[in-house]
Amino acid sequence: MRFILRRLGFYLIAFWASITLNFLLPRFMPGDPVSRMFARSQDRLQPEQIEALRKLLGVDSRPLWEQYIGYLHNVFTGQMGVSISRFPTPVTEVISTQIGWTLLLGGTALVIAAVVGNLLGILAAWRRGGVIDSALPPVLVFIGSFPYFWLAMGALYLFGVVLGWFPIRHAFTDGLEPAFTWEFIGDVGAHLVLPALTIVLVSIGGWMLGMRNTMIATNSEDYITMAEAKGLRPGRIMLRYAARNAMLPSVTSFGMGLGFVVGGALLTEVVFAYPGVGYQLLNAVQGLDYPLMQGLFLTITAAVLLANFLVDILYVRLDPRVRSN
Amino acid sequence: MTTAILKQPVEHTAARKPNRSFVHGLITNKKALVGMIVMLVFIALALLAPVLFPGDPSRITAMASLEPSSEHWLGTTAKGQDVLALTVHGSRSSLFVGLTVGFASTFIGILVGLASAYFGKFIDEALSLVTNIFLLLPGLPLLVILAAFLPPGLGTVILVLVVTGWAGSARVLRSQALSIRSKDFVAAAVVSGERAGRIMFREILPNMASIVMGTLLACVIYGIGAQAGLEFLGLGDVSTVSWGNNLFWAGNEGALLTGSWWVFVPSGVCIALVAFALALVNYAVDEVTNPRLRKIKTPKITERSAAK
Repeated sequence: MRFILRRLGFYLIAFWASITLNFLLPRFMPGDPVSRMFARSQDRLQPEQIEALRKLLGVDSRPLWEQYIGYLHNVFTGQMGVSISRFPTPVTEVISTQIGWTLLLGGTALVIAAVVGNLLGILAAWRRGGVIDSALPPVLVFIGSFPYFWLAMGALYLFGVVLGWFPIRHAFTDGLEPAFTWEFIGDVGAHLVLPALTIVLVSIGGWMLGMRNTMIATNSEDYITMAEAKGLRPGRIMLRYAARNAMLPSVTSFGMGLGFVVGGALLTEVVFAYPGVGYQLLNAVQGLDYPLMQGLFLTITAAVLLANFLVDILYVRLDPRVRSN
Repeated sequence: MTTAILKQPVEHTAARKPNRSFVHGLITNKKALVGMIVMLVFIALALLAPVLFPGDPSRITAMASLEPSSEHWLGTTAKGQDVLALTVHGSRSSLFVGLTVGFASTFIGILVGLASAYFGKFIDEALSLVTNIFLLLPGLPLLVILAAFLPPGLGTVILVLVVTGWAGSARVLRSQALSIRSKDFVAAAVVSGERAGRIMFREILPNMASIVMGTLLACVIYGIGAQAGLEFLGLGDVSTVSWGNNLFWAGNEGALLTGSWWVFVPSGVCIALVAFALALVNYAVDEVTNPRLRKIKTPKITERSAAK
């Protein structure tokens, strides 16, 4: 319980830090980006909306601490202003329509990469010097050396443009009405294949090598020898004795990976024009849409922190050492 | 990311004499040798770029979108620039930024890690808190936000990459420094009245040389990859020639949709080769310093040291 509370405190501090960063960035950056934005979109905004945005972004005559308190109040009551590039939709509404796609893409890729990567790592460590152990890691590390977006572009060119197996952009075919029909779900699935595949390809090597290295350490423990001496089936020793105890670092990586899901899918989303938060973030940057940019960054951070907190709770469940002290 | 995980579960035992056996181990290690040769080739190319391809590489020299031929070995872009010249010149900016970011983030990591481990208590708590927050903040969105607010330019790219990249090295180096801090010779140095700075940099630091090197390599890989990503998104300095910018222009000019694969393949392969070469060296450093990860002749592990 104390562990959980300490972690919770840490995440709250981290969230506060990112809010403060968000608050300070537009106020202390050279070149006055906010005024540039207003100059571009002056005629489309209502006077009271301009006033609200000015306060949000710091074009404001109040003293700094007063602005800061107002900003904190706005964030915690969910008032992020209106989006400039998708005027007049509120920022919160833009984000809520998009976060689902990111979670779908990132979540699918993360789960596949983690499960397959860890299994490969277990097998590689169990058969040291075998085919999986000697051939696969160099290949996966080499694939992992390519920039994400480059692999994504390559996959898009090869499977999308040349072979035409999969659709090359967006999350579902234009004009199709989102609904819970097999046709729509199948369409979404087909659009998901290429972006998810590229993320899996690049990240699977890390999972595999991490698991392999921990498991090599576990394999030399006494209780493994004991289990062998007892004559247990090798498969049982591998999964229930060795792999089970080597899982913990992978659980931690899973928490980190969740952060990557929300943030790191950005490049993939950009290449495939996938309508997630990362793609929207880049659009917001290009359209000088500072309110949306800030809202997206805070949402992404909050999602990452929440995911890590959930992993911590799971960790307490898995590792009795954390519970005892 | 790969290399960060590569290093994670490995408990390094400090080599007492890191110099001779370490260097010898690296030179005789095949992975390290391959990696270092590839790196040397790229560094030579970067240094010789103005000699090999004199003049501005982005000037228009031929017809647009030519396929690779004997005249233009890697073809031309949609604007009619020579792809080979762009790629060779691109290595200059990419390697420069990668190395600068790598050294800067490792340097900050060393300072933070050593200070954390040596002073302990409140300083450690505070520094660890800051490190962990930076580790947790989603890197790529933070990169994008920072790059959007700062004026564009090479300095911004480097600054932003260091801001998002130092925390990982700080955490690794802190945990290593902590284990050395508890060794007897450090206690002896404290008792004999040596200054804090001397203990940190002359007593503790030399004993973690191999892990500093591993961290440095990982940071350089991060720097090169992240720079390319940032530039691909159009958030770098678009006027310079670098691998990331080459890919940005390739995407912008629709090289993929028109089928000019030769425009976007070379820069990506170069990034991958450099990153792979560095990862190989990094992996070799691991193997040299951690005997458990070395290739074993017999399939059964017989050693039974309790490292964890």
